[in-house]
Amino acid sequence: MADSTDAVLETPLAGLHRELGGRMVPFAGYAMPVQYPAGIMAEHLHCRAAASLFDVSHMGQAELVGEGAAAALERATPADVQVLKPGRQKYGLLTLDDGGILDDFMVANLGDRLFLVVNASRKHLDFPRIESLLPAGVTLKPLPDRALIALQGPGAVAAIATLAPGIAELAFMGVGHFTIAGVPALVSRSGYTGEDGVEVSVAAEDAEGFARALLALPGVLPAGLGARDSLRLEAGLCLYGNDIDETTSPVEAALTWTIGKRRRMAGDFPGAARVAQELADGTTRLRVGIRPEGRQPARGHTPVHAPGGAAIGEITSGGFGPSLNGPMAMGYVAREHAADGTALELMVRGKPLAARVAPMPFIPHRYAR
Amino acid sequence: MSETKFTSDHEWVRLDGGVATIGITDHAQNALGDVVFVDLPAIGREVTAGEAIAVVESVKAASDVYAPIAGKVVAVNAALADTPGAINSAPTTDGWFFKIETSDPGALDGLMDETAYAAFVDTLA
Repeated sequence: MADSTDAVLETPLAGLHRELGGRMVPFAGYAMPVQYPAGIMAEHLHCRAAASLFDVSHMGQAELVGEGAAAALERATPADVQVLKPGRQKYGLLTLDDGGILDDFMVANLGDRLFLVVNASRKHLDFPRIESLLPAGVTLKPLPDRALIALQGPGAVAAIATLAPGIAELAFMGVGHFTIAGVPALVSRSGYTGEDGVEVSVAAEDAEGFARALLALPGVLPAGLGARDSLRLEAGLCLYGNDIDETTSPVEAALTWTIGKRRRMAGDFPGAARVAQELADGTTRLRVGIRPEGRQPARGHTPVHAPGGAAIGEITSGGFGPSLNGPMAMGYVAREHAADGTALELMVRGKPLAARVAPMPFIPHRYAR
Repeated sequence: MSETKFTSDHEWVRLDGGVATIGITDHAQNALGDVVFVDLPAIGREVTAGEAIAVVESVKAASDVYAPIAGKVVAVNAALADTPGAINSAPTTDGWFFKIETSDPGALDGLMDETAYAAFVDTLA
């Protein structure tokens, strides 16, 4: 979450953002562009139509090296890391001993090491936590001198493949090393928008030239954090600090699919007891998608009630979906109100707003398959 | 046509024959970004100066709109329900929010004129 009281850091692209007219705001301790002159609506719609460049260099990158790195990382996550083949990436959760979620993250198998990406707002907690669980011989190497740039949209891979044709051969969640516009880059076919696209790690000193090379490609425009948020919410993807946090469990968050079957059977991860109990007995609350009726958005922390009745939950993320052309939200509701289609009332500024539980994603994913 | 006055909450106000028309300024719409919804007050509502009586929702966030003067709401811009984007494209004309009837001919005396408002906006940059 944004904390404007901390000293504000900058990414290697800060100068480029200002040159492009980015409106800089504090986010997770960094000055980041919330939008460019085109505005959030246009940036969002452009990403769904063509290709958008996002600076996500504030996120935490690290390598895990040493014999048995995958097994070592499993001490911090219920994800099945050992099953991950070289050249493949997966999404997972870092869990706490009580079953709360420390963070969500991506892990890639680069053959001789693992590559991790964690949230900017959590890296100061994630890295010490992982290190505290590592056996001798496995080392976590944070990579603060790397930038991370996402190119997202139906035209993203075709655009970047004009600079490095092999990228088009990557499958969804595939990773590989490429030289793009003369810059050594680690590329994964993944993202946070629901669209096809790539996330590219490059050295900080190469970042601006690399970003300029991408922005020079036909159809590529910059997009800020505002569009990133509306895109991910339409895609039904969680934002750490809003939709998942140290109080929510993987089962409550409807992220049980990130727990490997082998891991669930073995129960050998932090919070395994809570997960086992919740899988056996059910949770009292569940993360669901919510569609308000009409045009009025309901924002995070809006109370959710049964129609005419008691409070049964809370919105955790809410806004207006430019591609959906309507309001959308996600939040936690009592389990008996969590079925798709269940009528809800959202108490927006004290007035009930009719809504229904709705399946996510709100806009279908268009990942490469 | 009377002079347009401005509040420090970034509303504009035009008084014509005891009825003030109110909207948000170009600076305000630019800061908000794309407007997607407005919640307008009920016609007939008695309001006090400084009272939050409308809400404007952009893709990004919700913001209150305040009554710059006391009086009675006598009209609202119902067209904004279908075309909230008028607040971005024409904030001081088609994008008006509501009209307040006042019996006080000096109701706008404490508000800024255009020059003072422009200077005020410059202090925010």
